Amino acid sequence: MTGRFVRLAETSRALVRFELDGKPVEALAGDTLLVAILSNGTSVRSCEFGGGRRAGFCLMGACQDCWVWTAAGDRLRSCTTMVEEGMRILTSQPEASWVNVA
Amino acid sequence: MNARKADVIIVGGGIMGAATAFFLRKRGMSVILLERGLIGQQASGVNFGNVRRMGRPIEQLPLANRSRETWLKFKELFGDDVELLLNGHLRVGFTPAHEERMAKYAQDAKDFGLDMQMMGAKALRERFPYLGPEITAGCYAPHDGHANPRLAAPIIGRAAVREGAQVFENTEIVSVEKDGEDFRMTAADDRTFRAPVALITAGAWGDRISAKFGEPVPMIAKGPQMCVTEPVPYAIGPTIGAIADVFEQVVFFRQVARGNIVIGGGGHEPVDLENRRAYVNPHRTLYKLKNAPRVVPAFNHLNIIRVWSGIEGYMEDSSPAMGPSARVPGLYYAFGFSGEGFQLGPGVGDVMAELIHTGATTTPIEQYHIGRFAKQAMQAA
Amino acid sequence: MGQCRVIIVGAGPAGVRCAEVLVAAGIRPILVDEGRRDGGQIYRRQPEGFNRSYPTLYGTEAERARSLHQTFESLRGSIDYRPETLAWNIFDRQLYTVSARVSKALPFDALVVCSGATDRLMPVKGWHRAGTYSLGAAQIALKSQACAIGRRVVFAGTGPLLYLVAAQYVKAGAHVEAILDTSSLWKRVRALPKLAARPRVLVNGLSLMRTLRGAGVRIVTGIEPVEIHGSPEDGVSGITYRGRDGSTHQLACDAVALGYHVRPETQLADLARCEFRFDAETRQWLPAVDQDGRSTVPGVYLAGDGARVLGADGAEIAGKLAAWALLQDLGRPVPEAERDALRRERGVMDRFRQGLVEAFPWPAEQAARLPDEAIVCRCEAITAGELRRVVNQMGACEANRAKAFSRVGMGRCQGRYCGHAGAEVIAHAAGVPVEQVGRLRGQAPVKPLSIAVREEVE
Repeated sequence: MTGRFVRLAETSRALVRFELDGKPVEALAGDTLLVAILSNGTSVRSCEFGGGRRAGFCLMGACQDCWVWTAAGDRLRSCTTMVEEGMRILTSQPEASWVNVA
Repeated sequence: MNARKADVIIVGGGIMGAATAFFLRKRGMSVILLERGLIGQQASGVNFGNVRRMGRPIEQLPLANRSRETWLKFKELFGDDVELLLNGHLRVGFTPAHEERMAKYAQDAKDFGLDMQMMGAKALRERFPYLGPEITAGCYAPHDGHANPRLAAPIIGRAAVREGAQVFENTEIVSVEKDGEDFRMTAADDRTFRAPVALITAGAWGDRISAKFGEPVPMIAKGPQMCVTEPVPYAIGPTIGAIADVFEQVVFFRQVARGNIVIGGGGHEPVDLENRRAYVNPHRTLYKLKNAPRVVPAFNHLNIIRVWSGIEGYMEDSSPAMGPSARVPGLYYAFGFSGEGFQLGPGVGDVMAELIHTGATTTPIEQYHIGRFAKQAMQAA
Repeated sequence: MGQCRVIIVGAGPAGVRCAEVLVAAGIRPILVDEGRRDGGQIYRRQPEGFNRSYPTLYGTEAERARSLHQTFESLRGSIDYRPETLAWNIFDRQLYTVSARVSKALPFDALVVCSGATDRLMPVKGWHRAGTYSLGAAQIALKSQACAIGRRVVFAGTGPLLYLVAAQYVKAGAHVEAILDTSSLWKRVRALPKLAARPRVLVNGLSLMRTLRGAGVRIVTGIEPVEIHGSPEDGVSGITYRGRDGSTHQLACDAVALGYHVRPETQLADLARCEFRFDAETRQWLPAVDQDGRSTVPGVYLAGDGARVLGADGAEIAGKLAAWALLQDLGRPVPEAERDALRRERGVMDRFRQGLVEAFPWPAEQAARLPDEAIVCRCEAITAGELRRVVNQMGACEANRAKAFSRVGMGRCQGRYCGHAGAEVIAHAAGVPVEQVGRLRGQAPVKPLSIAVREEVE
């Protein structure tokens, strides 16, 4: 899988391993979750109202177009969250399962 | 300056005024509807959006049922979609006392077609698996639902215009008086409007006009405290209201077809009537967010993205002033619906048009006559 | 006097300079900031563990950045600094903050809002596709994460930032496919007298152009973006634009950085109930402030790009002026000569700013030509056609009314990215001046608030 973002420098940072949509992937310590995801894939979520995939837009926590899901059902704004070892991240909304978490 | 004339002048373009204008036109009467801002901008536009009968006073159910008939024909009558979802209303409780209260209501209201079903904890969780463990009982009314309040009154207003009503928005009325046989309304820019019949549907401002005609009412204006979540997959179904022993702990919510969950409750706030602004107190938002997950624990995973308030008129006895004036012939009122007017709106319009046109109503509304306040005042004195 | 409770929101150039002045006057302000580190957007600091130098990160502004960061470090012991903290509401003279899902109500006697700015956007058909970013985003990817937003990047829009970020990309080794500027060279020439107010900045700008030309970057001016192409699944694959002569051209790319200057983040000013005025030059509503940053609400001050966009050095001045205004309102002495000098300096910057507005104008007319199927509101995926429908068929000629009917501006971003363009679409459809359309009222929370939030008393 090739990523959307291209690393231009600072590539000697430590590796961070996390899980993206069930697959083990790698990022670098100090990556935002958005960069970590887009170094491995091309999008982070789908628009709820059609029109396809989204990959963030503002990178400064303003547009709210990069929210992803943890395997536990929580939401993270990926551009303002740092990637952490062992994270389990989903880029698709868990289908209605959130209501069953009770 | 020449006055504009009609059979009826309606002051206040919320859902009550707009609906009455529409139904008066259907009865062939000419109508002028005067609105200070835009149609449906105040309580009619910012309320929770409940199209609910369950929980209303028993004596109000005939009116609510008449309104329901109109809601069911909304698009056919008014020409546009109001996002009506009739997936039921579920009331839930946490204690045996709550269960008893719901059971009594279900019994008292059993002849009004709500088809309410009491549900125990197990049945509730089987059918609505997202409900929290503290909930012990519920009552389900399958035919109730919700609609989009931002759209409802404006749609009805446009339909009234198509039917020939003269609607004047951005028209602030500064004087209302009876001049011989006619009521004369004067706008801030000196335009005048005349009619032998006047209907006051001015919501939280209605008491100011009734007082001018010698009929003050015990009403205060308050702002509901609403919030809405980001969109999530459609899964909840009914509108759900949780009973609480403390008013501020009451929480109710509905999920719109696009997925957002509108959450009401958490009490009320004072409003700024002069500037027509109402604000949300963040403490109330936080308090509500603390209570909402008691009903649906998974709410803790969600974000709210917007809060809002509006200006609603609450009567001391929680009942509206609806019907003819006790003092002035030709004058009618329909205001003070105390936070429960949205569902009633189309029915109130239908009934008020009938009353103005025929002099009587086939749906009982005597209990809402404005004269009750003068009687209470005399008895107290 | 030490009892005066002052809160500053934002640890960018305005907030840090404001704190510096207040600390010198013996006040210990609370400094609330959303970022993990100080610096704001322009002087954003890279995360721990990154090693690029100041000149690499900040170019000609390296010393200003270093100075600001050093000032902040020296203030750390004298301020109550709260990073990663969102100011989500203001009510009853209290600022509501949230951090790690704990909300606190912080009472204040004075509040200085230095909320900064975000990109000002004009939609183009296809801008919702993955791979379209705001211009600011393109810069943050590089500055904060050492990444390019794609392999072949097109920079589209207008304004000096378009050229600055493109040049930064070139220097960092990224491939810049083209710069597509909606403004014409002629407008820049005409604005030269005003731009000459700041010769150093002007020279820096011209040097950027040389860098770009030297790297062989295609620069096309006077264009209009027509469509960002691509697929729902894979995102951007190209962009079509119309040249000055009306001919259309297509470029292949996998990323578009789109921006038309920046716009102030005014939500907190709005929640503080500050009055707004229409600014005809830039066609937007801005909070009313006096020359030192006093808003119309006593005790609430607005400084930096969050009030008036003057750039980072202008923000540093605005931060100091707001601090002195605050001190003066407390009856404290202020250094009048220094203040007057900074006011004058800011006057020069304002002349330059006017030059930029004229050289790189907001392309309001594009809103009129936006095809019906183009998305205006990215959050709710609402098209220009739907917005025009609520204007034409439902009579919604005011921004909040159109929002109520169409949902444009009702999504997660609260209209930050569609509000200005939406107003232009409404104005054109309704045939009214854009100021008459009004502005979207700010509603709390300033950004999404978790339902799991809990209230804590300090």
